[in-house]
Formats: sequence, structure tokens, C-alpha cells
Amino acid sequence: MATLSARIGAAVGAILFAVFLTFATPASAQQPTSVNPTASSVQEDKLLQELRRLQGRITIPDQRASVLIQPAGQDWRQFHQVTLHWIGGVAILGMLLLLVVFYAVRGMIKISRGRSGRTITRFSGLERFMHWMTAGTFVVLAISGLNITFGKNLLLPLIGPEAFTAFSQWGKYAHNYLSFAFTIGLVFIFFMWIKDNIPSAADMQWLREGGGIVGNRHPPARRFNAGQKIVYWVVVIGGVALAISGYLLMFPFYGTTISGMQTAQVVHGIFGVLLIAAMLAHIYIGTIGMEGAFEAMSTGDVDLNWAEEHHKLWVDEERKGMPAGGRPATARG
Amino acid sequence: MARMKFLCDADRCIECNACVTACKNEHEVPWGINRRRVVTLNDGKPGERSISMACMHCTDAPCQAVCPTNAFYTTADGVVLHSKDICIGCGYCFYACPFGAPQYPRVGNFGSRGKMDKCTFCAGGPEADNTVAEYAQYGTNRLAEGKLPLCAEMCSTKSLLAGDGDIIAAIYKERVTKRGYGSGAWGWKTAYRETIAT
Ligand code: HEM
Repeated sequence: MATLSARIGAAVGAILFAVFLTFATPASAQQPTSVNPTASSVQEDKLLQELRRLQGRITIPDQRASVLIQPAGQDWRQFHQVTLHWIGGVAILGMLLLLVVFYAVRGMIKISRGRSGRTITRFSGLERFMHWMTAGTFVVLAISGLNITFGKNLLLPLIGPEAFTAFSQWGKYAHNYLSFAFTIGLVFIFFMWIKDNIPSAADMQWLREGGGIVGNRHPPARRFNAGQKIVYWVVVIGGVALAISGYLLMFPFYGTTISGMQTAQVVHGIFGVLLIAAMLAHIYIGTIGMEGAFEAMSTGDVDLNWAEEHHKLWVDEERKGMPAGGRPATARG
Repeated sequence: MARMKFLCDADRCIECNACVTACKNEHEVPWGINRRRVVTLNDGKPGERSISMACMHCTDAPCQAVCPTNAFYTTADGVVLHSKDICIGCGYCFYACPFGAPQYPRVGNFGSRGKMDKCTFCAGGPEADNTVAEYAQYGTNRLAEGKLPLCAEMCSTKSLLAGDGDIIAAIYKERVTKRGYGSGAWGWKTAYRETIAT
């Protein structure tokens, strides 16, 4: 019997022990108080080493707010405050300096045979309208854009904060609204002149001879010479880059994240200042740089001697179908 | 002079969003604008932490540096404030801000932004203290009344601390020493280029 009771006792003991264990398990699974709860938690330093920005979950509708920290903002600040100022300053002032020196050395490029008194139509009314719509809005976009980049350093100290804010506010409206006219003009420029701006073999010769910029040679060219084709493609590529990045900036966070917005601004800023510098050269050669050039875009008619000097092949084409020695179809005298 | 700072003790934040609500209510912040928010990292995973974040009132503030109209100024207490009369709503401060603090009411056409709004450390704006004009544009000016920001005052676990940087750093340090752990002062390195040694 003793063995039986001992066995029962052992069995009961075993059951009790098992029950005890069952209930004791949660307790024994609990962490000892000496465990460091932050050892396994997210750590800012570690996250920042791994990620460009820390993003989590939020309970408000604005999902942009789920970005907790984005140190990339510091890089963007560096670009906007330092890099862009240097690129813009060097490009724009450098170009101005270049043009002043060039003008001093070369002066206005004259029509070497003088004016013939007869003209040939170079640009139609639509072409001129689209050119000036694009150019006019470009100037406003350039000034209001440069105001965003350099205004607080150059203009603000001169006119004071209230006037400067009023100017910048209007500048922003102008920049935003005129962008549409600029873009429409750009599209027209692209389609109107693309067929005359495809690079060709003659362009290589023109470039090899330096476009006759130095000296008095005039490499033959069709409607647009290689230099003008370069301007065309710079405007088209630069303009499209500015339009795309500009509309991304104007419609913030439509399909872009914070890094997308920063990239759009970087692209817009760089292309903006570079295109302004390029356009200074374009404006120079179209006005004081060359005799007889401005008329092409004002009245649309250029002097025949000017046309023959700069666009011999184009004049020949226009002449085609005319009796030998005849005047080009469009020439007026 | 005090150097005002925020410190969110992530080991205490329970994501109750009382700070967010207190802020919105105190300043009558318009719909769609959040001067303060709570972000939860590693949500639902071990090691999850929530952090209440607003403008950190940075040293050498990036927003102030990039602003094209110089709308920002830093007060003697180290609070970064701005003038809505000078702001043109270009959105640049949002690109530069490491903490996503600037907010823009959506006004007018397209996505065009109104004048920027952000946490003022309950210190109003450039208008005269506690005037109607100041309240309408920036909310209450508790600092001028000798009070600290309401978000931190309301915090049920005292996770969010606001006040003189040295004092809140000392409080945090003492906590960490006592309880034996702490995940650090979130954002301090980025905002103030310093951390709290614990
Ligand atoms: C084609 C359409 C364009 C659109 C939609 C556009 C849009 C914008 C926007 C939204 C901004 C931000 C500042 C603000 O809100 O005012 C901006 C800045 C700027 N834009 Fe444009 N833009 C366009 C064309 C141009 C052109 C043609 C130029 C150059 C002539 C230009 C030069 C600039 C410059 C220099 C800045 C300031 C960059 C900075 O400092 O961050 N933009 N643009």
C-alpha cells in the first residue's frame, strides 16, 4: 500500500507540477527587468545610416507627413544656396563678359557688300508671333526666376522687404501663369522649324570654319546655319526640361515625393540659368551683333545681300524655279 | 537667455495624438494643416517607436537659409519664426526642412500654395504680442504669457518635452539613467548638431 499511496502521491504531485508549469509559463517567459527595451528598438542613428529618409505611419490624411526626418534637405539647401549661385553667376556673368569682349574686338558684323535695297521674306507672321510670344514670356520668366535665386542678395537690400515681397509675389504669379504661353510658343517653335534644323553635312563645314565668326568668310548655309541649329536645339531641349520640371514644381507632390520635388528644382534651376546665359548670346547676335539680322524677326523681310552672305543655299532654294538671274519668288524691291 | 528646444522621448510616446489635437485646437489651425504630427516607425513590428514631430527650431535653420524673401527670423530664445506678410508661398522651405514642418494651405488655382504655416513654439509671429492680428495669422503666443508650448504641457506621458534645451536635456538624461535605457533625442543631431550623451 505504501507503494500505491506513494505512486498516487507522485502522480498528484506530477499533475500539480504540470499545472503549475502551465500557469507559470507566461511568467517565466516575461523578460527579466534587466533587459534593455531600446536594444531592439528602432534607433535614429542606425536608420539614418541605412536610409536617406526615415518614413513611418501617420494617422492624418497628409501622407507626405509620414516622412519623419529627411537629411537630404541639407544637400538641397547646399545646392540652392551655393551650387546654383555659382553655376548661375559664372554662366550669366561669364557670358556677358564674353559678349562685351567679343563686341569690343569684332564690333557689329556688317553686310560686307552693303545693303542691296531688295528684301526677301524670311519669317511669316505666325512664325514671328510665336517667336515673340516665347521670347517675351521667356524674359519675364527669366527675371522672375532669377529673382527667386538671387533677388534676396541683390534686390532686397535695395528696395526693402515689403516692396521686395510685393515684387516677388507678382513675379511668382507671372512665372506661374506665363509659363503656359511660353510652353505653347515652345511647341510651335518645335514644329514650325524642325524641318530646317535637322543637322546636315554642310553644318560640319560651317562649324569647321567657325561659322565665319572670326574673319570675313561666310560658309554657305541653308535656312538655318549650324549655329542657329544649335540655338534651336538648346531652346527645345532646355525649354522642354524647364517646362517639365517647372510644372512638377507648380503642381507640388502630384506623383512626386519630397526627393522628386528636390530633383525637379535642381533640374529647373540649372537649366534655367544655363538657358538664360545661352539666350544672351542669341539676343546679342540678333541685335547689336550683326547688321541686318533683327529685321528677320521684326518685319520678317531681310536684305537680299544679307541673306546671300549668311544663307546662300537657302536663297538658292528660294530662287529655284525662277528664270535665270531672276529674283526669288518672295523677293520684294 | 534660454535656448528653446523640443525633445520627444520615444520610449514614452504612446501615439495618443493629444499633442496634435492640443496644437490644432489652441491655434485654430485650419483644416488640412498639421503643425505637429506623430509618426510611428516600424509599425506593428518589434521595436516600434512613435515620435511626435513638429518644427524643431533648428540652429542655423535650413528654411531660413533657403527662403527667397527672407521671411524667417530666429528669436533671442532660439525660436524660428516667420512673417506671413513676407512669405510668397514658394514651397522652398519644405524642400529644405529635414522635419517636414512647413505647411501650406491650398488656396487659389492649381496646387498653388498659400502662405506657409508652421509650429511657432507657441510664440506667435512678428506682430505685437497677443494681438488679434497675431492670433489670426499665427495662433496664440503662450511664450509671451510665460507658458510653454501646449503640446508638451498636454502630453499625458510627458514624453514630449519643450523648454530650455539644457533643462529638458537634463530631465531626459536623468530619466535614462534611472530607467536604464533610452533611444535618444530624435532629430537633435540634425536640428542642433548635438546629441544628449546618456
Ligand atoms: C515652362 C514653364 C515653366 C514653369 C511651369 C516654371 C515654374 C517654376 C516654378 C513653380 C518655380 C518655383 C518658384 C516659384 O514658385 O515661383 C520656378 C523657379 C524658377 N524658374 Fe521656372 N518655370 C518655367 C519656365 C522657366 C524658364 C523658361 C526659365 C528661364 C528663363 C525659368 C527659370 C526659373 C528660375 C531661375 C527659377 C528659380 C530657381 C531657384 O532659384 O530655385 N523657368 N519655375
